[in-house]
Amino acid sequence: MRGLRELTLTTFKLYLREPIGAFFTLAFPAMLVLLFGAIYGNEPTPLFGGRGTMDVSMPAYTALILGTVGLMSVPITTAGYREQGILRRFRSTPMRPLTYIAADVITNLTMTVLGMGVVVLLGWVLYRVRFEGQIVLVLCAVVLSGLAISSVGYLIASLAGTARMAQIIGMVLFYPMMFLSGAGMPIEVLPESIRRFSTYLPLTYVVKLLRGAWFGEPWREHWLEAVILGVILLVCGGLAARYFRWE
Amino acid sequence: MAAVIEAHNLIKKYGTTLAVDGVGFDVQAGEVFGMVGPNGAGKTTTIECLEGLRRADSGQVRILGLDPLTQREEIAERIGVQLQESNLPARLKTGEALELFGAFYDEPAATADLLERLGLSEKRAAPVSKLSGGQRQRLFIALALVNKPEIVFFDELTTGLDPQARRAMWGLVGEIRDQGCTVFLTTHSMEEAERLCDRVAILDRGRIVALDTPQGLIRSLGVENRLVFTVPAGQALPDLAGLAGVERVEVNGERVLVSGRGRRFTSTVVGALEEAELQFLDLRTEQPNLEDVFLALTGRQIRE
Repeated sequence: MRGLRELTLTTFKLYLREPIGAFFTLAFPAMLVLLFGAIYGNEPTPLFGGRGTMDVSMPAYTALILGTVGLMSVPITTAGYREQGILRRFRSTPMRPLTYIAADVITNLTMTVLGMGVVVLLGWVLYRVRFEGQIVLVLCAVVLSGLAISSVGYLIASLAGTARMAQIIGMVLFYPMMFLSGAGMPIEVLPESIRRFSTYLPLTYVVKLLRGAWFGEPWREHWLEAVILGVILLVCGGLAARYFRWE
Repeated sequence: MAAVIEAHNLIKKYGTTLAVDGVGFDVQAGEVFGMVGPNGAGKTTTIECLEGLRRADSGQVRILGLDPLTQREEIAERIGVQLQESNLPARLKTGEALELFGAFYDEPAATADLLERLGLSEKRAAPVSKLSGGQRQRLFIALALVNKPEIVFFDELTTGLDPQARRAMWGLVGEIRDQGCTVFLTTHSMEEAERLCDRVAILDRGRIVALDTPQGLIRSLGVENRLVFTVPAGQALPDLAGLAGVERVEVNGERVLVSGRGRRFTSTVVGALEEAELQFLDLRTEQPNLEDVFLALTGRQIRE
């Protein structure tokens, strides 16, 4: 994996220099905390098992960041780099393809954790949000979810002919998930029919898994989500590797 | 000298189009080898097969004795590549690009030296998107040199550059060659091929139609050379038509046009003029060039 450290640092710098990517990862979720915090506050309600809206929004907004990164940043950047001939240039060096993907994944996960940090910090300062889990387990859930959703993003980039098409597919997948998976608003406020539909959305399982880890629920209650995300990772990752094109 | 690039009977089809049709050549160490031809002649496909970016349908390629498809990493470590259609992230800075690409190799050249050598030191902190065409191309050359390669591949190095930037590129290619690096380049500029290359392969419709030194190609045409000069009124012209190699003398007022063949044609005619103590002015020679060679071989102008 020669060059991994340098490529990761470069990818990280470029991410921060791209205002739109940085906005959706760092600023947008923070704005949601301010907006929905102002609307709903964080009073404990029986709907959320005695927790407040902001309490349950912490893992949900983390899922939202994972969704924007995996379904928007990943396909747009990857397909864009291919379209512009940037991947071609990398390919004519001894660097291995896996190094490129690894640098991308590490950067995206780091950005996700940073975005999550901003959300949680704001939530804690403004609403003293509760955290009842273990940090290590939350991070494990973030990594698994990030890999699974990103693999969907890489698959989109592999199949889409152009960056524009990758962007459209990413948006078509992301927007319903943002509203219907429990990431943008708690699943409990959605009607039963939509909740049934949400079982078809990968991001729903991310929200459930992260919420479970966040509130310290035992893993045995969440193995199904972990398995589903694992299967998504294997299937989409495998297909992406099969159909990935450098040019 | 050993061949560092060997290609034999390369064939590549795109759909039903035969892009490369049995191309083969050897390039010796230290040589500047050019492949010229019009757009669509198969130059880029050929160079990309050599670089291991494309798989030929059949034929053999050896780069430094290695197979570009199965030993890609080993070859990539030892060659430098400038691609026709490639890019860098717009917000990446010049110096960062060199540092990054250097990190992919065992023994990278020092970034500061490369920037200096390519006249990019002042642009170190400039994003790639803010570079001019010539600066950009110099950065891509710098990237091709970042691993101190044994062979560099330049695909259409000067296409789209203004004449001044082109000349600067030609100077750079000369410097690279002088440092012992083998250069393989493609161009659709006959002038560029003539100026830069030790040997030139002329490619047309996927086939090599001629391969020789530029001078050899021109000589093989057997085309006549011309000398044009002005003789002020009142001076008598010596008998030029009788000189060895001279075929025709045309006098048009003060303008004299002498046509002929052979290597000593020019010196013979000029010698005769000197001997006659003639006060000739505006002497120039008109020689056939590679454009004429292409025209003669294919019956077409290179830019149709």
